[in-house]
Amino acid sequence: MRPRWKGWVNATILIASLIVVWQALYLWVGESALASPLATLRYTLRMVTNESFEGHLYDTMRAFVIAFFFSTAIGLAVGFWLGFDRLSGEVLEPMIAAVYAIPKLTLYPILLLAFGLGLSAKVAFGVIHGVIPIILFTLAAVRNTKPILLKTGRVLKLSHSQTVRWILFPAAVPEIFTGLRVGFSLTLIGTLLAEMFASQRGLGYLLMTGIGLHNIEQVMAVTLLIVAFAAAVSYLLLHIDRRLHRRAQA
Amino acid sequence: MSKVSWYRWLVVVAAVALLELLCLTGVIDKITMQPPHLIARDFFRIIVSGRMNGAILKTTTNVLAAFGLAMSVGIVAAVFLHRKRTLRDTLDPLFATYYAVPVFAFYPFFIVVFGLGDLPQILIGFMLAVVAVIVNTLNGLDRVPSVLLKTARILRLAPAETALRVTLPAAGPYIVTGVKLAVAYSFIGVIGSEFILSRGGVGYEIGFAYLNFDNATMYPLILLILIASIAANSSLSWWERRLLERRGMR
Repeated sequence: MRPRWKGWVNATILIASLIVVWQALYLWVGESALASPLATLRYTLRMVTNESFEGHLYDTMRAFVIAFFFSTAIGLAVGFWLGFDRLSGEVLEPMIAAVYAIPKLTLYPILLLAFGLGLSAKVAFGVIHGVIPIILFTLAAVRNTKPILLKTGRVLKLSHSQTVRWILFPAAVPEIFTGLRVGFSLTLIGTLLAEMFASQRGLGYLLMTGIGLHNIEQVMAVTLLIVAFAAAVSYLLLHIDRRLHRRAQA
Repeated sequence: MSKVSWYRWLVVVAAVALLELLCLTGVIDKITMQPPHLIARDFFRIIVSGRMNGAILKTTTNVLAAFGLAMSVGIVAAVFLHRKRTLRDTLDPLFATYYAVPVFAFYPFFIVVFGLGDLPQILIGFMLAVVAVIVNTLNGLDRVPSVLLKTARILRLAPAETALRVTLPAAGPYIVTGVKLAVAYSFIGVIGSEFILSRGGVGYEIGFAYLNFDNATMYPLILLILIASIAANSSLSWWERRLLERRGMR
């Protein structure tokens, strides 16, 4: 089998086996706790075509897109700064890594008090999840640029901005892309979590009302949509990511 | 203490001082946040009075349960997968995209299946942590130098002895990376799900205090979680770095 196809074949086998496990679980625990794959799919189709769903989806997507924009902008700026300035990088990097390990959901009340209930709190929560990996990967990428490339730049008498544009950025692109890929997923997770805890609209809200109403089909349909979207986009990004890394090594 | 760690403390002290100033001058109003010195005072009051001991005990037990489960299942699974090449290739897309999927989205579903006890929270912590353990242990097992394994075979070590005296020490630093991530993820999973919906625990108390505008309880508890997770993360990072240094890998 050609290695190019192997990844997709594996992914297909994996998805098929997950569906089999799901069906088996359904047969085991029964109707009251779990909806079957087929029933969930049917409910999902019905839900997606429903008019009110569009509003929820739009709300989540809007919050997510704005949050990802800020994560990227702040992450790249801070990452480049800490990568350049060795002392600041050494001082702040472990602190940022430690912040990554704290359960950020507990910070959500502070954000709610500061931003109020609504879009801005959701965006802020998405950003504090997504920005950290982007900073850390960019920082490492800039710091680990091969010295010979920088020396070449000095020999060619490039200005500071030219060095960034023609040497640092192209050399760092594969690593930065990895950061953006991880940041993408974490921003999505942050936005959804914010909706689950406090909001009146969005996919996270649909999940929580599903529990409240004990509507298992709704809970499973929304979970299915979120998981399918996140996994599909992330797999695609991973594909590009690996290609960028291969090209950089060649 | 090195220069860098002095700067680190300086950053923390400056940040707290800035918060204090902003609170005292009224830029941040009292309803949003109390000044840090009052948070510190309430923190000691809560610890001394012991009224949160039940919640702290419950959260700690659940975090430890999730962590222990993730470590044992993760290492056994990794050792197994290390031998079964095909199965490992099939599961690779799952591991690669796993952290892009919002695991918390499964929490409502777990509540429906298992009820509102401790089990759904432990399961979420376990699910978040286990893949980090598997991936890092596999990484460590891949990097055991084959010359060491050959030496073990020449010396006719029993499989158990090879595992204990050759594989474990060689893969150690990578497994510790897994341990570090597993601790962080168990924390995040358990406290996060307590916060979303549960009957007790520190995460629950934070959510409860938030809903009652009880800042005198909420901020000290958030501080407690920050201190606990940052302390755990920093000490494990330190151990990880020491193991790597001892092998001359840094």
